[in-house]
Amino acid sequence: MGFMAGNFTCKEVAALITEYLEGSLTLTQRIRFQMHLGLCFACRNYLRQMKYTVATLRQLPSEPVPTQVREALLERFRSWKHEQSSPNSSSDS
Amino acid sequence: MLLPFIFSRKLVLFLAVPNLSDPLPRDEASLVRALQDGDETVFSAVMDQYSGSLLRLAMAYVPSRAVAEEVVQETWIGVLEGIGRFEGRSSFKTWVFRILTNRAKTRGTRERRYEPFGLAGVDSEKDEGSSLEDSLFVAEGSGSGHWVDPPQGWEADTPERALLSKECRIAIEEAINGLPDNQRQVITLRDVEGVSAEEVCNILTISETNQRVLLHRARTKVRRVLDPYVRGGNS
Repeated sequence: MGFMAGNFTCKEVAALITEYLEGSLTLTQRIRFQMHLGLCFACRNYLRQMKYTVATLRQLPSEPVPTQVREALLERFRSWKHEQSSPNSSSDS
Repeated sequence: MLLPFIFSRKLVLFLAVPNLSDPLPRDEASLVRALQDGDETVFSAVMDQYSGSLLRLAMAYVPSRAVAEEVVQETWIGVLEGIGRFEGRSSFKTWVFRILTNRAKTRGTRERRYEPFGLAGVDSEKDEGSSLEDSLFVAEGSGSGHWVDPPQGWEADTPERALLSKECRIAIEEAINGLPDNQRQVITLRDVEGVSAEEVCNILTISETNQRVLLHRARTKVRRVLDPYVRGGNS
């Protein structure tokens, strides 16, 4: 084992992919990770797939907020502003 | 040439604001001051910038879109109520999202939807995210730790191309919706909304390690769902 035990298995590489992408591997781990990638076509593909997955999620269309919700909030903002500018005026309007 | 300007309030706004793409003040102190001063243009721009993300995150806590919309409304009302006391101990964005998560948790608990992080612990050995990953590899023997079915290159060139398929987009959305709450919250903020790891930890009050574990499990599941759509011939 000894020196060879320093090589990650494919399973270990897959488990560390997010940490690799997050930049949170130690220097030694990163070297071992990259050494494995250099030799393993399947893990290179898996890394690419994970990056692709992240990029795809980022491209999901944003969740549309209904116009009436927006309008109601702007109305609310105006009355809040009115209260702010005249704190002593009657608030029963 | 003038007609479009007359009919489009947005274009009038464009003319009035020097930075065309972003009417928000560049620095946070100015943004907060503008809100405290009751600047409606800024409030409206902040709402437009964050409401979609807030809504998506709220949906990870509460059972329906309608309730999530109410949570977003309550959040902005909370922002107005609290902006006068905002001291900048966290970023404005983190503060707004924290208001949302607090309100969403309350609503989620009431609607029996939300389980706090502690109950759905990230270290649970039974979590399907870790067993899903395990299933990709040979468990025993000489091939132990190797791929059962080595990943192939994906066909689609760009994420945009994959998403052109409505079917694929729905599958991804469903995969996210089907995640355990805590994984869904993390992947929604990090990957869908592009919030930084540090901000996600602050918003969800979780450690960096938990954030990474949850993100990893969530991504592993979404990758599996995406696989058949981009494996080839389907895009």
